[in-house]
Amino acid sequence: MHGTIKSPDYKTVFPLYKAENNRAKPMSLNYPFAALVGQDEMKRALMLAAIDPTIGGVLVFGDRGTGKSTAIRALADLLPERETVAGCPYGCAPQHEAGLCGACETGTKRKTVKSKVPVVDLPLGATEDRIVGALDLERALAHGEKKFEPGLLARAHGGFLYIDEVNLLEDHLVDVLLDVTASGENLVEREGLSVRHPAKFVLVGSGNPEEGELRPQLLDRFGLCVEVRTPTDIATRIEVVKRRDAFERDRAGFIAQFTKEADKLRKTIVAARKKLDDVDLPPEILEKSAALCLALGTDGLRGELTLMRAARALAALDGKKSVMLAHLRTVAPSVLRHRLRKNPLEDVGSTVRVERALEAALS
Amino acid sequence: MSEKAPDLWQTACEAVSLLAASPSGLGGIVVKAPPGPVRDAFLAMLKQALPQGTPFIRMPHALPEARLTGGIDLASTLAAGKPVFERGLLASAHGGVLLAGMAERMDRAIAARLEAALDTGHVRIERDHISDNVPAGFALVLFDEGEPGEDAPPASLTDRLAFSIDLSGLSWRDLGGDDVLHPACQQLSPMAVALAKGHAETLVALADALGIASLRAPLLAAMAARANAARAGRHETDETDIANAARLVLAHRATRLPAPPEEQQTPPPEEQQEQSSNPEPDMMETQDRPLEDQILDAIASAIPADLLAQLQAGRGGRLAGRGAEAGRKAPATRGRPLGARRGDPRRERLDLLETLRSAAPWQRLREQRGDAAIAVRKEDLRVRRFRPKSRTTTIFVVDASGSSALHRLAEAKGAVELVLAECYVRRDEAALIAFRGQKAEVILPPTRSLTRARALLKGLPGGGGTPLALGLDAARQLADTVRRKGDRPFLILLTDAQANVGRDGLGGRQKAEEDALASAAALQRDGYESLLIDTSPRPQPKASALADRMGARYLALPHADARRLAAAIVPAR
Repeated sequence: MHGTIKSPDYKTVFPLYKAENNRAKPMSLNYPFAALVGQDEMKRALMLAAIDPTIGGVLVFGDRGTGKSTAIRALADLLPERETVAGCPYGCAPQHEAGLCGACETGTKRKTVKSKVPVVDLPLGATEDRIVGALDLERALAHGEKKFEPGLLARAHGGFLYIDEVNLLEDHLVDVLLDVTASGENLVEREGLSVRHPAKFVLVGSGNPEEGELRPQLLDRFGLCVEVRTPTDIATRIEVVKRRDAFERDRAGFIAQFTKEADKLRKTIVAARKKLDDVDLPPEILEKSAALCLALGTDGLRGELTLMRAARALAALDGKKSVMLAHLRTVAPSVLRHRLRKNPLEDVGSTVRVERALEAALS
Repeated sequence: MSEKAPDLWQTACEAVSLLAASPSGLGGIVVKAPPGPVRDAFLAMLKQALPQGTPFIRMPHALPEARLTGGIDLASTLAAGKPVFERGLLASAHGGVLLAGMAERMDRAIAARLEAALDTGHVRIERDHISDNVPAGFALVLFDEGEPGEDAPPASLTDRLAFSIDLSGLSWRDLGGDDVLHPACQQLSPMAVALAKGHAETLVALADALGIASLRAPLLAAMAARANAARAGRHETDETDIANAARLVLAHRATRLPAPPEEQQTPPPEEQQEQSSNPEPDMMETQDRPLEDQILDAIASAIPADLLAQLQAGRGGRLAGRGAEAGRKAPATRGRPLGARRGDPRRERLDLLETLRSAAPWQRLREQRGDAAIAVRKEDLRVRRFRPKSRTTTIFVVDASGSSALHRLAEAKGAVELVLAECYVRRDEAALIAFRGQKAEVILPPTRSLTRARALLKGLPGGGGTPLALGLDAARQLADTVRRKGDRPFLILLTDAQANVGRDGLGGRQKAEEDALASAAALQRDGYESLLIDTSPRPQPKASALADRMGARYLALPHADARRLAAAIVPAR
């Protein structure tokens, strides 16, 4: 083994791995969401998930260089701040009594603080100890204390968990995610620890379908699935290149140009959230959505449920009092395209199939 | 090649000098060159172009994730009795160059980590109790050592690198002696250079004319143009910058040849029409059209010479960009280690080093309880995982209908047995699907057992209509299953392509043929390799059309017996 003697600057001792130090660190200047050109379906899906997290996650599949990761990373700066219990390592939200960790549940006075909604990156190659959490090594070594050091799932609670190249995620990590997204709770039994904490988050994945299929179970966890294509229209392409170029040259200046629009978007999201519970769902819309799901033969009720939630969130985003057929029509492709039963012969993509069924069911 | 050689080397020099001006902004360069003097010369030139002390990190081909991103340093951790973090290769390359050899065999997961670092300029670490975001901005140099017909480096990775150069035809004699570049003593940062008005439009239009879909290409070209201007000390890009950028960044990505200039004077081809839908059409007309044409002319020689041939072949000569799939299909000759995970060493193979690594940080704590020299607990145990050697499963899809003479089936059975006999040696498998009447049946599920095959194949009836589409669908389903298991399916279709039963099981020649073509297209879309053996007495245009749609090789074997069939099949695989 070589490497016993190395120059000290190649290693950073201990404090570096304190996870919590990095938590509040703002991500380096991201490309603003408001400055994204085109890709309306993707932007809409992300906003819908932000308005109503119960829609489930968002899966973004598409070509190379279409700004998938850019859009998702930009989401962090777009989201309005949330209220959390002060000092809670899991970021519990006081208004959701059901989703409180042990400490917050028993604690009497809950001082709340405003904090940014987390958008947590789960890099490929992350190890299980960092995802679910593990014993805090420093505390254990220095003080002989057994303390749980929360992982990425805890950090993502109440926010978004983003996995780039989700189809390359290792199987045993997919299992962990499936378990947690189903129960909304993270149960850790390791290194003599037994910890249970809420972990409700919106799963956002992106990937390139050419690089391998997603496991059906995981696919099912995503509420919305959008396909992004490279824009073919020259004017759009030029605009993308120009904006990106301007951003590369002067990030802060570019972001400043779009603060107004970003504020506007943020306000729309806040307003839509408030309105969400009051949006009406007329029975004929329910009927139509049932007919649509039936026509497409989607398995289970999850499709229908998500279809309604997404249509409602879109109505709220539009500032409408009740869901209209147009809303249903708009969200249906994103909600249903990954739920179609695999048809071995189909030459056309699933998007086309959804659209055909839409024509038939809604006409 | 030799009269082109000095040009090529010159191009390499130019690419390197731009790369030196903005290493992380331009992503890097793909160099097609086997190890040898030319490659060494290239590296020496690169080193010279960069300021002294620039990190120059070589990435071993098979390396554990921890080395790439950083993790616990085992030796130091054991010595210190507390976790010591070791910087990974990505972070070490920050501000410099990362070299990766054998890029055509790069693991998809490694490529994904590189892509993330190229996109964000950082590496996110979430492993071994470490959570950090470390700067990692570097230029990536990918050495592609693949032969024609082998896999290409991951397309998602090469898409992010500005340059690509093929030095494989050069000999060291071709290299000029006086091309030594001097470190970029730049007065100007490329970031301080502005794109001149209309230049962004020109680059996008050029990319479009060359059929480049990814938007990263014009962006990288814009960056290259700025780097070129910065080298010349200009604050705004001019035409030579754009021409250089197009030649170095766009030309090698071309997927079609631009329309020849003489046609452009007369009725405008499609691309030009699209351009005129531009918000400023008159400006495009007066100023930029000539510039674009000039540039297209100038870079024509930089477009890969075999592009036309490749286009005619229908797809690139090499399976570029098939990513994980290509990786899985690559003839992996032995199980490749995939890294370690927690597990039970009684069932899987213990990974001693990883086990020690995970036990190391705890030693001081455990020492207090008077354990042995190194205290390893159950939760430390790590097992090794391998990607199993991928096997080939040959799927025979046999037309057992009346039109396809009955004895075909007997021949196919014989061929299956012969292939199986050979499979046994290579641990490969064979399967058989027969279609006739109104259905397709898996007669023989993938098997390696000759005895089982014989038993199942006995008494397979023939006759009835030809539901070709159903047969192809069944084949696709089976191939899907095979691929999911990690094996490589290879389809052999024996038919005369006279479909007369549709997918719905109803008769009707036209519908049946349409269905069959749709099913065949689906097979090609999923990238299954296949061979179509035309069993009709005279080669049928329908059969070759079907083969075309499937992306299959076509072979007319009117009077083949089992032995000749097997002889045709074995080399095809």
